[in-house]
Formats: sequence, C-alpha cells, structure tokens
Amino acid sequence: MKYRILYFASLRDAAGCDAEAVESTHADARLLFGELRQAHGFSLHQESLRLAVNGEFTAWERVLADGDEIAFLPPVSGG
Amino acid sequence: MARFALSESIIDGAALARDLTNADAGACLTFEGWVRNRNAGRAVQRLDYQAYAPLAQSEGESILAEAIQRFAIVDARCVHRVGSLAIGDLAVWIGVSAGHRDAAFAACRYIIDEVKRRVPIWKNEHYLDGASGWLHPDNTPVEDAG
Repeated sequence: MKYRILYFASLRDAAGCDAEAVESTHADARLLFGELRQAHGFSLHQESLRLAVNGEFTAWERVLADGDEIAFLPPVSGG
Repeated sequence: MARFALSESIIDGAALARDLTNADAGACLTFEGWVRNRNAGRAVQRLDYQAYAPLAQSEGESILAEAIQRFAIVDARCVHRVGSLAIGDLAVWIGVSAGHRDAAFAACRYIIDEVKRRVPIWKNEHYLDGASGWLHPDNTPVEDAG
C-alpha cells in the first residue's frame, strides 16, 4: 500500500524531510512505524507517540488504508 | 468562527482583547506565555515552534469550545506562534471574557494546560552553547527519554 508520511520535531530531523511517500505491506500502524524507525534510525519509541491519520487523532488499532496520510506525533511541547 | 489561531507573525494581544469586548462581560483575563532565557539550567538563545497546522487548529478549537461549555464564560481566544522566536517574544496568548472573575481564571487555566498537553506544537530550544533540542511537555529533552 502507498502512504504519505508526515514528520515533525525530532522525527523530521532524523528523517531529513517533512514528508515522504512510502510503500509498505503493513496496514498496522505500529508495524509501519517500526519499519520507518529502523529505516531512519528514530530514537523515539512507538509507545511515546500519538497517531494521526488524514488530519485526525486516531487509535493505534486503526487499520490503515491505501492513500492514507499518516503522522506519527512526538510528545508535544507548545505553550 | 475561529477562536484558535496559529500565527507566523507577532501577536497583538491588545487587539485580540478588544475583540472580546461584550456587554455581558464583567471580567477579561489574559495570559501571555513568553520566551524565557533559561530552561533546566541552560541559557537559551532562541527557539523554534513547529506545528502540525490542520490538527493544531482543530484541537485548539476543541479546547476553546470545551472551555466555553465547562465554565460560565462569555468567550475565549487563543493564538500560538510558530516559527523562530527570540527571548521575550510572546509565544502564546489566551483571552477569556466572563460575567465574573472566578470562571475566567478557571477557564484560562484550563485552556493553557490543555493546549500544552494536546495541541500538536513542538518547541526546539537553541542554547547559547550552540546545541539545540526538541522538548517534551514537561520541558525535558526528547533525547534523554529515548
């Protein structure tokens, strides 16, 4: 399946881009993140991240669909 | 109508407060978050805020709608900066109008706490020694926690 992945904060720095097109066999967001974590050498673990799909927060149990825009969100630090 | 906004330019708190003017309001409370020159014992030179804009917008709107529903207030606004900020710059502005002060204080506290906890905005501090790092919600560095 083809996804568009958005990166922020330390994940953006590690990936070296703010977004990328990714092709993966995984429809499980945890497994997809694991694949990307290995590819980019992310230090953050999945357990510390929130998942957003197509501009909305969602549960990690959500089954991903072809064409989804996926953001793995590090712990926030606004304010 | 949008009550929450991200801003790439300087926030004009006085103009935002005038927008809250309402004959039902006997109190107007504003909170300003400024860029401080130190964090966790390190001298800070400047910082960058990065946001996931569409989700920050919708989550910010949700927080302000919740505040209006939970507390006896008339209206509320919040503007958060994105981009590069210097020491002393206004990073976040919150304004609440209410019939009475108690609800205004409670709502303002609720809004800033929820914004810091939930809105997808990230702070990257640049230190005087040349280092930089992304921070967690409690202002500890991301890299320490792994």
